[in-house]
Amino acid sequence: MNLDQALIAFVAEAGELLERIESALLACERDGVAPETISELFRAAHTIKGSAGLFGLDDIVSFTHAMETSLDRVRAGKLELSPALIAVLVECSDHLKTLVGVAVGSDPEDSPVEDAKGLELVARLQTICGPITLLGSGSAQPSAPVSTPPEPAATPVGIASADTWHLSLRFGPEVLRNGMDPLACFRYLRSFGEIVGIEVITDALPTPDAMDPERCYLGFELGFRSSATKERIESAFDFVREDSRIRIMPPRSHVSDYVSLIHDQSEGDARLGEMLVRCGTLTARELGEALQAQTQNPSLPPKPLGEVLIERRVVQPPVIEAALDKQRQLAEKRPVVQDGGLIRIEAGKLDRLIDLIGQLTLTGANVDVLAQRGQIGDLRDAGSRLAHLVKEVRASALQLRMVQIGATFSRFQRIVRDVANELGKNIALKISGAETELDKSLIEQVSDPLLHLVRNAIDHGIETPEVRVAKGKPAQGTLSLSATQDAGCIVIEVSDDGGGINRDRVLEKARQQGLVAPEHTPTDQEILNLILQAGFSTAEVVTNLSGRGVGMDVVKRNIEQLRGSLEIESPQGKGTTFRIRLPLTLAIIDGFLLKVGGVAYVVPLDLVEECVDLEVGAGGGNYLALRGRALPLIPLYEVFGHTGAHMRRRGVIVVRWGDRRAGLVVDELLGKLQTVIKPMSPLFEDLGGVTGSTILGDGTIGMILDVPELLTQQQQLQ
Amino acid sequence: MKRSQYLTFTLGHETLGLGIPRIKEILGYREPTPVLRMPPHVRGVINLRGSVVPVLDLSIRFARQSQPIGRRACILVVEADYKGEKHILGVIVDAVNEVLAIGSDDIEAPPPFGGTIRSEFLEGLAKVHGRFVALLDAGSVFDMTQLARLAGQSGHSTPKLAGT
Repeated sequence: MNLDQALIAFVAEAGELLERIESALLACERDGVAPETISELFRAAHTIKGSAGLFGLDDIVSFTHAMETSLDRVRAGKLELSPALIAVLVECSDHLKTLVGVAVGSDPEDSPVEDAKGLELVARLQTICGPITLLGSGSAQPSAPVSTPPEPAATPVGIASADTWHLSLRFGPEVLRNGMDPLACFRYLRSFGEIVGIEVITDALPTPDAMDPERCYLGFELGFRSSATKERIESAFDFVREDSRIRIMPPRSHVSDYVSLIHDQSEGDARLGEMLVRCGTLTARELGEALQAQTQNPSLPPKPLGEVLIERRVVQPPVIEAALDKQRQLAEKRPVVQDGGLIRIEAGKLDRLIDLIGQLTLTGANVDVLAQRGQIGDLRDAGSRLAHLVKEVRASALQLRMVQIGATFSRFQRIVRDVANELGKNIALKISGAETELDKSLIEQVSDPLLHLVRNAIDHGIETPEVRVAKGKPAQGTLSLSATQDAGCIVIEVSDDGGGINRDRVLEKARQQGLVAPEHTPTDQEILNLILQAGFSTAEVVTNLSGRGVGMDVVKRNIEQLRGSLEIESPQGKGTTFRIRLPLTLAIIDGFLLKVGGVAYVVPLDLVEECVDLEVGAGGGNYLALRGRALPLIPLYEVFGHTGAHMRRRGVIVVRWGDRRAGLVVDELLGKLQTVIKPMSPLFEDLGGVTGSTILGDGTIGMILDVPELLTQQQQLQ
Repeated sequence: MKRSQYLTFTLGHETLGLGIPRIKEILGYREPTPVLRMPPHVRGVINLRGSVVPVLDLSIRFARQSQPIGRRACILVVEADYKGEKHILGVIVDAVNEVLAIGSDDIEAPPPFGGTIRSEFLEGLAKVHGRFVALLDAGSVFDMTQLARLAGQSGHSTPKLAGT
């Protein structure tokens, strides 16, 4: 890991923590304040500050410090988390997001606008929370200590007189390679204290020719004056602690503790002792006493520092609590193993795996075809077993990409709050099915269309409180986001309890815009679908939010590109529901293979209900009587313009998408297969009826049918 | 004098050249799988080591009669730019001849009219062994935007809502 990567990791971590801060704040605003939420807020702010300090991002450190301080007061019960404070904190988290962005941006210059914004926010925090000690860069601040070691009335014998902490640091050889710069630790220390003396230990340096410039050979002894807590000082070394030897001794430790330190570190007694003197930690007299004591009692047992600290009651219970809290927090943010045994994996690695499994699926299918064709029974068995295994591997691999949609949904809390405020509306967001899982790339690609639908619902859907009350509805409108699984696809609904789509106005606009011929009277559903057409907008006023003509047609097209569909339901006066159907995954599907005019086609198996034989000329024309119900038929050879020998028998494959069913009439039904969807060349972008292609087990190419579109066309033709 | 390498090939009765950097590989002819609703200049798609690659019929692209596929027919795999990304296309040719290094001095501007191929498709005419070789301008011959637009026009478009 180099520094850039570490910085990227920091930005990613900070982004997640800020999201957590935001949603926790909004939760407090909505549901009232819960103690564990406040702890979470505090921890998140604290972690951001700590990590930013390691990178020397002073702006972020000092700003987050102000947030952290106010949250700390709330946590300690000294301050109430009032709506006003929440509002400022939400803005603070926005500002912090900007600062983090600036930190990685190419422009290293301080932006005066940002500074002014930061100062303004801190000032507002102070009016609510009382004075907050601001962190300057590099100088010690006289601030009210959160916890001070007990001050002895007079310095008793055996206690060092210096009022400085002593830090004994031996950095691990790998710290530089891990992207951590010891200097950054010092820089962070200087943000809350003063380094009064520093001595460099160079004993570990090898001869020049044996030196590896990427290894760290240095140790440091330093005297540090600060009113900070031990926990705080320790936090400077969070990222290096694992491979380094770090000892932190509070001011006025017992001299024998220094002696044990001198013992523990490998450098010679006298030299280290002299260093302690030079750091200002011990006086020469004290050192003399200590060394003397040691000679008198050579078997002095080196005590663990913690034991010593507790023994001497230097560490107070709150500090221990804070330390435990810190430990939990560290466990949470450790990059590899998280709570609940979660592992964080780079998305690229996963994509590579899925890609390989795609190829394995194809090759496996190919092997199986060859095996089944051959005469060797054992080979056939092995082929089947292989196919079965590949199928399971594929399923598990795809499962890796599945993430819950909840995180995407909760991001909308903020948007709903802000947009509703801006428009003077009172809207509650209800979320259900947050645990529904969906392919990660699908979630990413569906979040923009969702955002659009949500904004539309707030802007056009839900009425102002006055109008709602006049209509006899509750003043607070409700916007619901829900996700469910249904027949091999995910259904996401965005519904509001607003006024519903005004048919007359839509039709009038559509006629004005020439989208509907004057003599034509469209059906109710057709009118609703008009709003999905390019260039259609009913908004009288172009608001800040929507109504700019970049509209529902884009949403519809984006969803269709994901092999999904968009439906509208809108009982007049009662609200509107947009229903998005998406396939579970993008990459690999189970399909049903069929042939029309000598060309292979694949229908996603999730959409197939059953297959039946069709006697040509059995009558019925465009319908098939299937168990007493009329099933509309779609003759694919006609749709695709295939000409070919007239077949006596054909197959019918019954497909369903949402509530539409139809029978596709094909030449041959060839059975199930697993297949990898290959992206189509942009040359075929506008091609209707096909969503992608795939390579079959024998190396030939099959086209994946766009069933939703075929069904839509068929319905419109009637 | 700057010399560039060109692959020459036969299309109908003509010898054409295409700059080597554009050409990824040469494949023996294999029958493309037809893609429904595509215009005639797209013959279909082939499986190139797991990728699905569209195949063009250059004769039709140059507004001529499509040639029957002969014994020496090949598919040139070329690279085309589209929206800042590289895409792979296959091109059917009647035969592949040789690789020539042609100096910039030996290349003349294409005549504005009178040629058998529209001048917008040509980078120039090169005189080689006393014969003219028409050097193709890959940028315009394999202009994906144009190819896709032609494809969109020719396909049976989705039936529109009645009355619209």
